[in-house]
Amino acid sequence: MFDALSNRLQDVFQSLRGEVRLTPETTERVLREIRVALIEADVNLQVVKAFVDRVRDRASAQDVQASLSPDQQVVKIVRDELLALFGDARGGLSTGGARPKVILMLGLQGSGKTTTTGKLARMLAKQGKFPLVVSTDVRRPAAIEQLTVVAGKAGVRVFDPPGDLDPVSRARGALVEARNTGCDVVIVDTAGRLHIDDELMGELVAIKDVAKPSDLLYVADAMTGQDAIRSAGEFNRQVGVTGVVLSKIDGDSRGGAALSVVSVVGVPIAFVGAGERLEDLDAFHADRFVSRLLGMGDVLSLIEKAEEVVDSSTAASLEEKIRKNTFSLADFRDQLRTIRKMGPLEHIMKLLPGMGQLKELGAQKPDEKQLRRVEAIINSMTPEEREHAEVIDGSRRKRIARGSGTSVEDVNRLLKQYDEMRKMLKMVGQMTGEAVPEAPRKKKKKGPFSLMR
Amino acid sequence: MGLLDRLTRGLARTAERLAQRFDDIVGRADAPGRETAALDVDTVEALEELLLGADVGLGATSRLIEGVTKRPRTGTGLRAALTEEIRDIFAGVTAPPVQPATPPRVVLIVGVNGTGKTTTVGKLANRFRLDGQKTLICAADTFRAAAVDQLQVWATRAGVDIVRANEGSDAAAVVFDALTAAKARGVDTVLIDTAGRLHTRVNLMAELEKIRRITAREVPGAPHEVLLVLDATVGQNGLVQAREFAAAAGVSGVVLTKLDGTAKGGIAVAIAHDLSLPIRFVGVGEGIDDLLPFDAGAYADALFRPSW
Ligand SMILES: Nc1nc2c(ncn2[C@@H]2O[C@H](COP(=O)(O)OP(=O)(O)OP(=O)(O)O)[C@@H](O)[C@H]2O)c(=O)[nH]1
Ligand SMILES: Nc1nc2c(ncn2[C@@H]2O[C@H](COP(=O)(O)OP(=O)(O)OP(=O)(O)O)[C@@H](O)[C@H]2O)c(=O)[nH]1
Ligand SMILES: [Mg+2]
Ligand SMILES: [Mg+2]
Repeated sequence: MFDALSNRLQDVFQSLRGEVRLTPETTERVLREIRVALIEADVNLQVVKAFVDRVRDRASAQDVQASLSPDQQVVKIVRDELLALFGDARGGLSTGGARPKVILMLGLQGSGKTTTTGKLARMLAKQGKFPLVVSTDVRRPAAIEQLTVVAGKAGVRVFDPPGDLDPVSRARGALVEARNTGCDVVIVDTAGRLHIDDELMGELVAIKDVAKPSDLLYVADAMTGQDAIRSAGEFNRQVGVTGVVLSKIDGDSRGGAALSVVSVVGVPIAFVGAGERLEDLDAFHADRFVSRLLGMGDVLSLIEKAEEVVDSSTAASLEEKIRKNTFSLADFRDQLRTIRKMGPLEHIMKLLPGMGQLKELGAQKPDEKQLRRVEAIINSMTPEEREHAEVIDGSRRKRIARGSGTSVEDVNRLLKQYDEMRKMLKMVGQMTGEAVPEAPRKKKKKGPFSLMR
Repeated sequence: MGLLDRLTRGLARTAERLAQRFDDIVGRADAPGRETAALDVDTVEALEELLLGADVGLGATSRLIEGVTKRPRTGTGLRAALTEEIRDIFAGVTAPPVQPATPPRVVLIVGVNGTGKTTTVGKLANRFRLDGQKTLICAADTFRAAAVDQLQVWATRAGVDIVRANEGSDAAAVVFDALTAAKARGVDTVLIDTAGRLHTRVNLMAELEKIRRITAREVPGAPHEVLLVLDATVGQNGLVQAREFAAAAGVSGVVLTKLDGTAKGGIAVAIAHDLSLPIRFVGVGEGIDDLLPFDAGAYADALFRPSW
């Protein structure tokens, strides 16, 4: 979703290559681009201003960074400042507190509260909790039915006293019910409302007063524009917000609203919603989010996703390989296999480095058949070839093509792509490891999967 | 104190400051003796911020500002000049909706998740019925939980018939059923509610194309109107949405919802300019009557009227 922003920043950084010192003129040029990029990404103007000023301050006091080249310095400052904005908090839910734990969902109309209630309930149930969900939305047609259906899919209990159309009493009843039935978490879904609707904001405060939630999750649509700070700010001021859920990040919005909301509310992003299915609720990690914002691709998120499918030791070793840049063709194949197990490809591919070009690839997105072909090619290699791709010469390529029922061009393309992916991974490894970040390279015109056309 | 804390405190105050900005800008630019002078840098910059703050976007903003600065300053005022510029954009795209020679007229409602499609279908159905048209609603969102129940409530409120299928059934099949029923019952207008979908979901966009094809096959010239429902809070992604839905579903107009909030939906200006798509209606609340025909002058006014 941050493709365009990352591309733009990459272009800026690219234009800085070769310059030896970060002059004030250069800084201003970069800052102009960053300002434009952030505005296009829907970051609120005031937030952009504050951010740019901050980067300017830092850039002018950069003697400590004398060992870095200008572009490295800017990457580092922009990255550090973005990290500062998102804070160090890890997101998720609060820990400890009263039992049952009460979570209150709030936000504008249509932002994704009811869906997120279902997602969260499912997640908690999977962690061994016993959630009870309750809808206090007595206004939107079929809102209560919607939550009932969603809870059914999540396999969690719903509290729905027939005939009770008072939001406050429904919330109160759910708490009593939870205590009586041994449920340890209550998630209270609320009707969508405008931050300027005094009556309904008052209702929300009344619900909060009886439910006494430990977690007040503001659900914000990732596609929101400049208004994000006003709505989030008012919900926070009038009701209080302890965490933000950024929904609909599976689209291609650049998600600048995340920056705006977090800036105004001053709390971390607790979760992100990445699809309509109940399993599409992910943890938020500021460092990875920022890497993604800067166009690094989010290999680490991919690894995390993979953990649900493959065991964690495999994932850890993959991470290790990425850090050490010993990512072999066999790993490449394993990763493809994992991807196939992980479901919707469009979704997963967004997490891979270089996927900023997904749009450019357009119709050339790989399908199952193409993935199988790549797998066949790698399967036809000897273990040595898989670990040390550089030994694969012309005659080996012919043999591999024959063995896998593909052409030499297919094999060539795969090897080239593997090589590009490895270079990108190396970069990511350095950005996320202890090492001083290396300058980002100009992104290749092809993503790791463009071989499969 | 961290950066975040400082920002948070600062932002709380910006809303108030913004509220006065446009009046201040206009007041200064149109002050006695200055009303024919060229606009200075500060004024232009302030205008720019105002438009960007309304989600108009960089492209459309610079075009609007260029238009305003090129206009001779005749003393009619800055507000009038900017309003004119915006009206001009919408004036260029007011193609009226297609009216079929023989009924039914088929109206397809599309958009990303949660923008207000189903609610708009309810409001439109009511409007059409009040206009004396025999109206039928088709519940083609077979995906989202309780979407059909939600639409059923709206159909009842609007007092119109609905053709529905069970959750999980094929959307295109329901559309076929609805069109068959419409022809048999002598319906004037069929309103098709579709599931929210992100334009990046290739298979879901293909489903829309399929729905379109079926309507065209069953009713000559259909769909006669394809309305993209756009949430006024949307940022720059709104333009991408419009472009993608136009490509896949042949969008012919926009409904801008949730204008009763503080967001201005300024991206609709860029959509009108870049894609020649008119705004047909605006949604101003959750009630059945909260749908108004679009009026470019009123919209331009509202764009510069602080609503917070
Ligand atoms: N693509 C995508 N769609 C989502 C996501 N979260 C929610 N949605 C969709 O967004 C739409 C609105 O979601 P709801 O959960 O009904 O939103 P809500 O905030 O409860 O809406 P109101 O109760 O009317 O205020 C539905 O179509 C959901 O399927 C997400 O992370 N990704
Ligand atoms: N304030 C306000 N709320 C609106 C308006 N139009 C719709 N809504 C609300 O927005 C939320 C979503 O509306 P829906 O009609 O369910 O949206 P949808 O596009 O059909 O959603 P999906 O089918 O899930 O994609 C509901 O809570 C509506 O009541 C409007 O003009 N103003
Ligand atoms: Mg809801
Ligand atoms: Mg709907």
